[in-house]
Amino acid sequence: MVISKSSKAALWLFLTPVLCWLLLLIVLPHIDLLRMSFGGENDYGEHVWTLQNYRNFFTEPIYWNTFLRTAIFSIITTIITFLLAMPVAFYIVKVVRPRFQGAMVLMLLLPFWVSELVRVYGWMILLRESGVINHFLLKFGVVDRPVEMLYNDATMIMGLVYTSMLFMVVPIISAMESLDDSLIEAAHDLGSGKLVIWYKIILPHCKPGITSGSIVVFMLVLGNYLTPNLMGGKNSLWFTEQIYNQFIASFNWNQGAAFGFLLLLLSSLIIWIGLKLSRQKLGEVAS
Amino acid sequence: MKKVALVTLFAVFFLAGFSQAETLSLLTWKGYAPQALVDKFEKETGIKVEVTYSNNEEMIAKLRATRGAGFDLAQPSQDRISSVQEKYKIYQAMDYSKIDADLFIPSMLNAVKKNTQVGGDSFAAPFCWGTSGMIVNSAKAPGVNSWKALLDDKYTGRVSYRLKRPTLIAMGFALGYDPFALYSDATAYKAMLDKIAETLMAAKPLVKNYWANGDALLESMRSEEVFIAMAWDAGGWKLHDNNAAIDFVAPQEGALGWIDTFAIPSKAKNLDAAYKWINFMLKPENAGYFTTTEKYGTASQGANEFISPEVRNNFERTFPQAAIDNIKWYPPVPAQLERMEGKILDKVKAAK
Repeated sequence: MVISKSSKAALWLFLTPVLCWLLLLIVLPHIDLLRMSFGGENDYGEHVWTLQNYRNFFTEPIYWNTFLRTAIFSIITTIITFLLAMPVAFYIVKVVRPRFQGAMVLMLLLPFWVSELVRVYGWMILLRESGVINHFLLKFGVVDRPVEMLYNDATMIMGLVYTSMLFMVVPIISAMESLDDSLIEAAHDLGSGKLVIWYKIILPHCKPGITSGSIVVFMLVLGNYLTPNLMGGKNSLWFTEQIYNQFIASFNWNQGAAFGFLLLLLSSLIIWIGLKLSRQKLGEVAS
Repeated sequence: MKKVALVTLFAVFFLAGFSQAETLSLLTWKGYAPQALVDKFEKETGIKVEVTYSNNEEMIAKLRATRGAGFDLAQPSQDRISSVQEKYKIYQAMDYSKIDADLFIPSMLNAVKKNTQVGGDSFAAPFCWGTSGMIVNSAKAPGVNSWKALLDDKYTGRVSYRLKRPTLIAMGFALGYDPFALYSDATAYKAMLDKIAETLMAAKPLVKNYWANGDALLESMRSEEVFIAMAWDAGGWKLHDNNAAIDFVAPQEGALGWIDTFAIPSKAKNLDAAYKWINFMLKPENAGYFTTTEKYGTASQGANEFISPEVRNNFERTFPQAAIDNIKWYPPVPAQLERMEGKILDKVKAAK
């Protein structure tokens, strides 16, 4: 195809704001952070170039343990979210009558009309020792003294799953919509059980939706700060909190920048491994 | 038609740019700029006050990121100014001829001047003071009067404190060190921090949670989920109003005294308004109003008669003369200590 001069100019015209956006708000700050991550101070307080910030991550057990913990919990959260999102998406796409579909998606969206902070405080009001749930448990005699349900890992994962449900359900819905019902019916007629239908037909068809949903959820959870901090309580050092601490509490911007880059690299690595394991390509998932 | 629209658009922007009233952007702590005083200031001077809430660490980070621009006035604690100023140069020297020295308690003004001195200049004027100590529910935990109660397994699951540097200092005193005397000796300070980390990690099962938000802490004390917390005096006195059993206690090792100040960022735009705000806030009637509503002590001379009797009562109940004399005032923090402390705090939080 031959592109005329004027349409080429138009292309540049429309592309410029996007490129400016990328350059000014994403590329430039990252270059500055990258530069900062290689900076440090020698014993006399002078500025020097060093790899020490990156070395600290690998030599200091607290740092990589925190990262490992964050990554593992993010993967667990992603898996749980997926397990919950599949039936929800199936119900919305295939079971419910078409005119209610919009309403169902809207109900999923509804919690996102308030900010994450408000949602987390909502959970805290429900779950705390003097909270709503404990009040009813005590009233109906299920327990004889209030139980502390906040400040542990299970609650934190629940909060994270709740926050990321939508981002898993929506891509799966859009992938599932193109699934022809007759394939499922045919499988039924030929005598396959429900599990086999899920495993052989529905899952493979939804694969791109699942993968893109998983990537989004994984990245969101890994980069979350609020939920682990407020609901996780005393053992829940999240890697983002460590970056915050380096920048804010220790005034060590160099170390914080290095952690930021390590987070970027390591999370990309995990996603790459995930794609390899499920034999997918990023291009297919994005399309 | 298009042209007309364009011209109107420009006209709107133009006018908006000019009609904007004079503003003072203030970087401060929650509660330090009560709405009533902001309104009163605007009425008296015509200057609008834009308030941004923050804490010591974030204030420094914000000003460091902009190299001292974006705010006309900040309110860091006096011990966190000189080392930060030496390194990052985010404040400008205070012009003491522009503030009304008669409004200040002289000893406090002099102490702050001395502690914030870098080179020949000083960088701050005092605004208010208070202490970190313990808020105790004496109905559930009677007779508590030492930092050591935070480590007592009698109160398992009923203890809360922040993972910030004041906690480390308090633990230092609890373990019999004098952290402030060790400020100048980094090696000895490090040894103390290691001991403190060990203690805090061992005491982890006792802790309900490490609080991060003052209001959330007060809520968990009010609902009696937490019996003993390390916190600021004003919070404890607020709770005392509703539940007489809960009160602020100055521990026998000495409450930790802080003074929050006014300091002017190096690229402040509206200096005039900044000095006006300082003088305005220190006027006895305004300072008295501030102390009555927020319960922090004031640096204003002669505000006493404007402070409500209940609040004056708080001070007298908690701080008999001996307790006042025992307050451990924070000396200026040397720069390299904060890095060590950050690592120790991470270690404690990450520990199982």
